[in-house]
Amino acid sequence: MSLVLVNLLDGLVTGLLLFMLCSGLTLIFSMMGVLNFAHASFFMLGAYFAYQISTYVGFWPGLLIAPVVVGVAGALVERYGLRRVHKHGHVPELIFTFGLALLIEEVVQFFWGKSQMAFEEPEILKFAAFSIAGNAFPAYKVFMIFVAVGIFLALLYILTKTRVGMIIQAALSYPETVQNLGHNVPLVFMGVFGVGTALAGLAGVMAGPVLGTFPGMAVVLGSIVFVTIVVGGLGSLWGALAASLLIGWLQTFAASYNVTMKDVLTSVGLSEPADLATSALRDLWTLTLPQIGPILPYLLMVLVLAFRPQGLFGKRET
Amino acid sequence: MSLAGETNASAQAGANSVNWLRLLPWGLAVVLLAILPFVFGSGAGLTVLNQMAITIIFALAYNMLLGQGGMLSFGHAVYMGLGGFFCVHLMNRVEFDGLWLPLPLLPLFGGLFGLLFAVIVGSFSTRRAGTVFAMISLGVGELIAACSIIIVAFFGGEEGVSADRTMGPALLGIDFSSQKEVYYLSACWLLISAAAMYLYSRTPVGRMANAVRDNEERAEFLGYSQRKVRFMSFCASGFFAGIAGALFAINFEILTEENLNLATSGSVLLITFLGGVGFFVGPIIGAIVFTLLQTVLSLFTEIWQLYLGILFVMTVMFFPFGLTGLIAIHFRPYQLGKLGTLIIPYALIAGPALGFALGSACVMEILFHARHAALGDETMTLLGVSFNSHSPAPLLLAVAVAGLSVWALRKLLPAFKDAWDEANHAGDAS
Amino acid sequence: MSAAAIELEGMCKSFGRVEIIRNVSLSITKGERHAIIGPNGAGKSTMFNLITGKYHPTSGTVRLHGEVVDQLKPYEINRRGLSRSFQITNIFAKMTVFENIRCGLLWSMNYKYSFWHLVDRQPGLTARAHEILEQINMADKHATLAGVLTYAEQRALEIGITIAGGADIIMLDEPTAGMSASETEYIVELIRKVTENKTLVVVEHDMGVVFDLADRISVLVYGEIIASDTPQNVRANPAVQEAYLGTVLEGAD
Repeated sequence: MSLVLVNLLDGLVTGLLLFMLCSGLTLIFSMMGVLNFAHASFFMLGAYFAYQISTYVGFWPGLLIAPVVVGVAGALVERYGLRRVHKHGHVPELIFTFGLALLIEEVVQFFWGKSQMAFEEPEILKFAAFSIAGNAFPAYKVFMIFVAVGIFLALLYILTKTRVGMIIQAALSYPETVQNLGHNVPLVFMGVFGVGTALAGLAGVMAGPVLGTFPGMAVVLGSIVFVTIVVGGLGSLWGALAASLLIGWLQTFAASYNVTMKDVLTSVGLSEPADLATSALRDLWTLTLPQIGPILPYLLMVLVLAFRPQGLFGKRET
Repeated sequence: MSLAGETNASAQAGANSVNWLRLLPWGLAVVLLAILPFVFGSGAGLTVLNQMAITIIFALAYNMLLGQGGMLSFGHAVYMGLGGFFCVHLMNRVEFDGLWLPLPLLPLFGGLFGLLFAVIVGSFSTRRAGTVFAMISLGVGELIAACSIIIVAFFGGEEGVSADRTMGPALLGIDFSSQKEVYYLSACWLLISAAAMYLYSRTPVGRMANAVRDNEERAEFLGYSQRKVRFMSFCASGFFAGIAGALFAINFEILTEENLNLATSGSVLLITFLGGVGFFVGPIIGAIVFTLLQTVLSLFTEIWQLYLGILFVMTVMFFPFGLTGLIAIHFRPYQLGKLGTLIIPYALIAGPALGFALGSACVMEILFHARHAALGDETMTLLGVSFNSHSPAPLLLAVAVAGLSVWALRKLLPAFKDAWDEANHAGDAS
Repeated sequence: MSAAAIELEGMCKSFGRVEIIRNVSLSITKGERHAIIGPNGAGKSTMFNLITGKYHPTSGTVRLHGEVVDQLKPYEINRRGLSRSFQITNIFAKMTVFENIRCGLLWSMNYKYSFWHLVDRQPGLTARAHEILEQINMADKHATLAGVLTYAEQRALEIGITIAGGADIIMLDEPTAGMSASETEYIVELIRKVTENKTLVVVEHDMGVVFDLADRISVLVYGEIIASDTPQNVRANPAVQEAYLGTVLEGAD
């Protein structure tokens, strides 16, 4: 039972982190129709910027400054890059953001090299907040949960209670109509792209010390982020939240229960083949749940696409 | 912009007779492929040629999706990779179980395996084009790449699976132990595949692939299911990608997870886009240029991937029709007989353009050396000059060259644009 | 037995809570030229889309030559002999005029999903495409990219694509919208010529065109058909005059 609780909390941390990425991505997608392939790259930039800043002035200023810098970079990319490609349609836009993702990875390697940075959580949070049956739960993760929930509530407030939020919500449902209402749509686009990438940057700052700050971190998380928003339903914020948490828990639970396929197969009455070492089915028998864990999100995506193409909460048929 | 692959004025003239002029490029290709090994006969030369042939087939197959069908895939390496893995296993069967299968036929089986897998994935992924298709292709690609690490029996885990190509029954005394024999095999399959893909684009379903790309709603009201048209393009593309995979297996005799992952899928997108997606020859040019760039650049600099990334992003932003598009826009001045008037304007901006490219490359090289060279190693050599990368003078010089070039380019561009407009304008300048 | 070319029975369509089409029943006989008129927002285009399979009715049925088709996809309806044009010009802009027409021919000439015929080497296909180009007077433009044609030429090409497949029911959505008087006259003549012996359904705002072309006119107001009759009777119908406030009909001479 206590292990379940630990996993629930760990999965919550992963899920909320995913959601911080997915919320920005969903906002950008819903507003502009463009799926920002480089979103996870901005996440990575957040971690690297925060690391660089932390070497001069410590973790806390980095937590505040890095997302802003990432957001400004994102807004500039929208203004001078994406807007230029926009007239050619969505596929070139997607190709552009893909190229950008490649480029950001190379730029990061150019400045910081290929090895992992020594980016660590601040001293003040380096203690166990509490422990469950001998499993210490670090204070930093508690902090992450609070920040993520805070961001979520702030987004919810902005989207439902402010004028800007109303415009964004309207744009989510009726993009053409809002353009005709005389709002400065290019500016709104730039703002949404900036805020979305800043959110990714903030997620990067917080994830850097936990997941490691290295040039591959964008690729590792990037595909999962896309899977998440497809599972949740393209353009649905609630779907993104649900899918983020689902995938967060799926991965955490899969990683910590060492169920082997052998146990499963023998329990349903199959017997292990004698020639296991050479059998073509040997992998079926030797696989373990932690091994399968990383592919579960992709399997989930394929299943969702097969049985519910619009995603868990999506309205648009995909 | 006219897309050379699609304008088709001679269609009605050549409805019955063979149009010899249209066969000319193919004849030239045959001759060129036959004599290339005599020009670049070294081991390294043949390696590059082989790689080029494989990349061309893969990029052409990819362009059946992106260019002709309007489907952007982030996971096409899967079909090439699976075709390759399947062929490695077939080669092992030939070697250890005495299966009778001559090596030259292997690519056909690679193609069929690619096709089989494309049928499975295409059955649900081609429902929509655009973003949704792109996301599904990415998800499926990552799924297979992740599976390749845990399904050891088929994918061989981290170290992959390898085979020996020379163990098959020798036909006409050829056992493919030399690079040159492999090259000619690849060249044959390259010609067959390229011709087949070209012909496919001229069939009813190939034409409708273009129609669905441009306007899926209109195509539906002409009796065609957009989904089925896309599905067929997808399957055909999977087939030819599988052939490329088989040739990869024959050439390198090993396949690993790398053949399936996002980096490989991304590079074929890069190659195709760089070459030009709107043209049949685009991917061919892209594959040749990319392979050369990769080979040459990686000899001279550590940060060649950064340059490729910059080149790619610049292409998407400024030349969305790719290298072939750049060549094609000179066709109108040529028709008007005004290509000659462009020589001087081009010569004028060539200097500053080169200066800018070299200057900014030097800035990057110096910065990179200063940041990443081993401690105490402060000397670097650029363009034959050795200097201290940590001293400010060389960096400032490079910045100055790049800056001056930008200034000169800005001065020269309006005149160039005028010359360009004039060259594209029928009639005399007046 | 001669079933009506198109028969609508109690057709309704709602988007969310908004009812766009309310209980429309209409029968269009074979060979008839039928016009649908009505004020903006009356649901004309929706009705069009319901018949052609772009939308499916919330309730009611659509029959084509007696066969129920309201759950079929656009391409399935097209294969049953119904072809349509679009209000917004809907052509293949990156292809030549010739290729546009050829795409319209492929299915009906039984090429279907063939990947073993070469389109350039099918004399019958090429000849038929040229015939249609002659019909729409665009033979000299066959090698032009459709995207660079003038608006009126694009509309004519659109009609060419629509009739190419040899469908016996032709539905045109505002074929003369946005055209000058002389262009309109030209297109109307073209429509008359190419729909000879076919069933024609046309949505049109230009009353001159409607009364010139149609054998029968249906008036759609707020999703309901308030009159369906010959031009003379529709003109005399007080309910129609009320719906149009008398303004449009005066201009219809």
